[in-house]
Amino acid sequence: MAEVTLLETRGLCRQFDALKAVDEVDFRLREGEIRAIIGPNGAGKSTFVSLLSGRIPPSAGQVIFAGQDVSRLPAHRRVRLGIAYTFQITNIYPSLTVLENIEIAAQSRLKPHLFGGAGEAEIRAAATEAAEAVGLGARLASVAGALAYGHQRLLEVAMGLALKPRLLILDEPTQGLSDGEIANFIEVVRRVNREATVLVIEHNMDVVLALADRITVLERGRLLAEGTPEEITANAAVQAAYLGEPA
Amino acid sequence: MIHNGRLFALILATIAVLFALQFALSDYLVLAATRILIMAVFAMGYNMLMGYAGLLSLGHAMFFGAGLYAAGLSSYYWGSSLPVSFLIGILASAAFSFVIGLLALRTTGVSFMIVTLMFAQAAYLATLYFSRITGGDQGLTLPTDARSFSLLGHQMDMTSDPVRFNLALAIFALVLVFMFFVTQGPLGRLFAAVRENEPRTRMLGFDTYRVRLAAFTISGTVSGLAGALYGLVFGYIGSAFAGFHYSIEALLFTLVGGPGTLLGPLLGTTVMTMLIDRLSGLTTAYLMIVGVILILVNRWFPKGILGTIRERALPWLK
Ligand SMILES: Nc1ncnc2c1ncn2[C@@H]1O[C@H](COP(=O)(O)OP(=O)(O)OP(=O)(O)O)[C@@H](O)[C@H]1O
Ligand SMILES: [Mg+2]
Repeated sequence: MAEVTLLETRGLCRQFDALKAVDEVDFRLREGEIRAIIGPNGAGKSTFVSLLSGRIPPSAGQVIFAGQDVSRLPAHRRVRLGIAYTFQITNIYPSLTVLENIEIAAQSRLKPHLFGGAGEAEIRAAATEAAEAVGLGARLASVAGALAYGHQRLLEVAMGLALKPRLLILDEPTQGLSDGEIANFIEVVRRVNREATVLVIEHNMDVVLALADRITVLERGRLLAEGTPEEITANAAVQAAYLGEPA
Repeated sequence: MIHNGRLFALILATIAVLFALQFALSDYLVLAATRILIMAVFAMGYNMLMGYAGLLSLGHAMFFGAGLYAAGLSSYYWGSSLPVSFLIGILASAAFSFVIGLLALRTTGVSFMIVTLMFAQAAYLATLYFSRITGGDQGLTLPTDARSFSLLGHQMDMTSDPVRFNLALAIFALVLVFMFFVTQGPLGRLFAAVRENEPRTRMLGFDTYRVRLAAFTISGTVSGLAGALYGLVFGYIGSAFAGFHYSIEALLFTLVGGPGTLLGPLLGTTVMTMLIDRLSGLTTAYLMIVGVILILVNRWFPKGILGTIRERALPWLK
């Protein structure tokens, strides 16, 4: 299989006042892989993926997606290029129904402009399909704000799926899910991975080891290590920084 | 395609009932209903921005005024026919609201309220400053030949109560159906999305500034259409129509009827107009009573009459 780089960062930095949340990160993501990002709390994982999605601007450095320098593109344009981002802190439309939430995402893909594009039936069908993929098919008419926390996390993921992105970024998607929901979630990500590259920040090592082709470790904004799951679990520096730490 | 069939049926039924009113009401009430219909169009325009897109403007009188003056002045000075003047009023308010939207939408929340208020005050003062053209406070009464037009061979007389009522109703109905298709379709979905969670909407790939600009421009254009209709139907334009009072009325009618409901503005305009009418006959302090009512409504029915009904019983009432 030819190695095609889907996403690359060069010297990516983000400072919050004196704090270097992301510090000179050179990163490469191969098309088609599932990559996990791990690291202690406050390591800069969420900040790093926010820089990829354009949700926050970098202090320095470049983001290159599918060969195009997207460093200066606003977030909504990057989404349209195929970078979907799901939030660590659940970020949905609480007063709308599950279906309505996902329809907004489906519309972005199927009817990107005011005129032309898909009709309502097609948008609804795509939204329903994404809901079913994460196991929310029976809750389409529920008001999103009234869902259990775990279901809100799944809704967040379904909105990402409905975008049918080339790169799906998931920020701690399994936080607050039950074991059964986590098992289902792992299946969902594997299925998504047939069509999309997945970048997932995850604290749950069982999920990481079940899914990841490669693992990147961040610590204090710097790239500490990168490798296969076997390499990372055997890496002494990683164990000192992260795995050795009591959870 | 019609999405929310029950709501559409309710809209058609409402239009039919309104049409029947003219056979039941006295001449005086038909005239009152004509005014209510036009003000309801204004409130519907306001509701598009405030109720559907979640942006509270304190300056919508400037759009009502833009339509009123563009239509009225073109008729007064150029002698353009009423339909042409009406069209000029709509186009002028569309252009005006687009430009104001470009600037005002750089802000949100309280700053947006203040910015819209400032623009509206500036516009109001401009109508006074240029009083040699606009007639200022005194206003201008449209000449007799601007009081009628011919439509498909029929002479439409703007001094006849039934003609005015049916004209206002026809335009109200068209705007209402237009609003239905805008709010219940893909664009309305985006309005709800920016209202409920703007940052999330951006991260789903939408340029939320443009979405808001679309809501703002439609809102301002419909408000201006109402102003143009008002000026031409009643044959008078004056700066009071661009004053703060009118901005507050649009807000009040929408709040009482139910922001984000299609029929809320009509209901709110009807209830509040009739109430103010009654109260002002009883006491000169009627505005204080209106204020108290507004506080009570806000306290117990913050979603307005139809919004409360939607929440408790009829979720499709949007
Ligand atoms: N908007 C902000 N303003 C100031 N500091 C911030 C901001 N966002 C993040 N930080 C800081 O940057 C550092 C990295 O935060 P980030 O959220 O990226 O960490 P993380 O690796 O995702 O942590 P967690 O595992 O807890 O989610 C932290 O010290 C955090 O306090
Ligand atoms: Mg984080």
